[in-house]
Amino acid sequence: MPFWIEVLVSVFLIIGSLFALIGAIGLYRLPDFYTRLHGPTKATTLGVGGIVIASMIFFSSQNDGLSLHELLITLFLFLTAPVSAHMLAKAAMQQKLPAVEQTRGQPWD
Amino acid sequence: MKARWLPNPALTLMLAILWLLLNNTLSFGQFLLGLFLGWAIPLLVRGFLVEVPRIRKPLQLCVFSLKVLFDIVVANVHVAKLVLGPKKNLRPAFIEVPMAIENEFVLSTLTSIISLTPGTVSACLSEDRQMLMVHALDVPDVDALIADVKRNYEAPLLEIFECSPT
Amino acid sequence: MLAYVIPFCMAVLGLAAVLNVVRLVQGPDMPDRVLALDTLYINALALIVLFGIWLASDLFFEAALLIAVMGFVSTVAVGKHLLHGDIID
Repeated sequence: MPFWIEVLVSVFLIIGSLFALIGAIGLYRLPDFYTRLHGPTKATTLGVGGIVIASMIFFSSQNDGLSLHELLITLFLFLTAPVSAHMLAKAAMQQKLPAVEQTRGQPWD
Repeated sequence: MKARWLPNPALTLMLAILWLLLNNTLSFGQFLLGLFLGWAIPLLVRGFLVEVPRIRKPLQLCVFSLKVLFDIVVANVHVAKLVLGPKKNLRPAFIEVPMAIENEFVLSTLTSIISLTPGTVSACLSEDRQMLMVHALDVPDVDALIADVKRNYEAPLLEIFECSPT
Repeated sequence: MLAYVIPFCMAVLGLAAVLNVVRLVQGPDMPDRVLALDTLYINALALIVLFGIWLASDLFFEAALLIAVMGFVSTVAVGKHLLHGDIID
């Protein structure tokens, strides 16, 4: 494998895993449920996205021909992440989970 | 008038391409199998399919998708800074955004885009589909965010898809 | 170079998974725990894709895709349970 492809794969891998870590840190330390909800959207979009792109480049250079099927994972996650986020937000609003005090606006019930 | 035996040619082609991606091949046999599956599956799940409005400007749709991807990356970096920064800098807010889109499919596309851009999550849609409750992580100015959503995402979607605004 | 980068990324993703588990255990309310599980399966998926690169094997793609599908279905099922008290209505 040429060196520059290795560098490219490494860069995407590091970007992806760092964003997944930042998403988890957000989930860990943000103050209330509604703000925590923003963590996983990040982990799915750029985190998995970066790793999947790295995997695509790696397998395309390894075998002959393009290897695009990893795109399906990203596509699927992009379609499903908003649905689960929406559902959890609705459940939280129904259970009247407290929002942190500097939040402006009121959730509906 | 749609043919009875081929209700949705675009969906058929899309499923065939997905099948090729899943198998990671370009062989003709798999393409035929994909076409068959793409024909059979929509017939089987006919009752659940949502009608997709006609795409008026395909080229603009591509540009719009790229712009959304770009926005996602930019917003990701922004939110990463917020998450790692001190907690008291956060200015979270629940915002009511009035919706001008009536069509089911386009509306769910818009709410998905809002959820996918980090920093905003669409939390609840009112019963009459007039208002969307959005929770945002850091809002300096509520009206600016509403205007942003309307200008960047709602207006292009209304332009691309053939659907009547309310 | 990849021989060093991949273990590093695995460690980072493992740390992320540990943080998710902490939230899963201490999360004050039910939606918090479901959210933590949701993030956890996405991290597991990333780890599996990474492991596939490490072994240079294409086989792990199917596993990752299955985890994505199953994770989504279970999140939605639990979410519906939280919302309505039952799953199928």
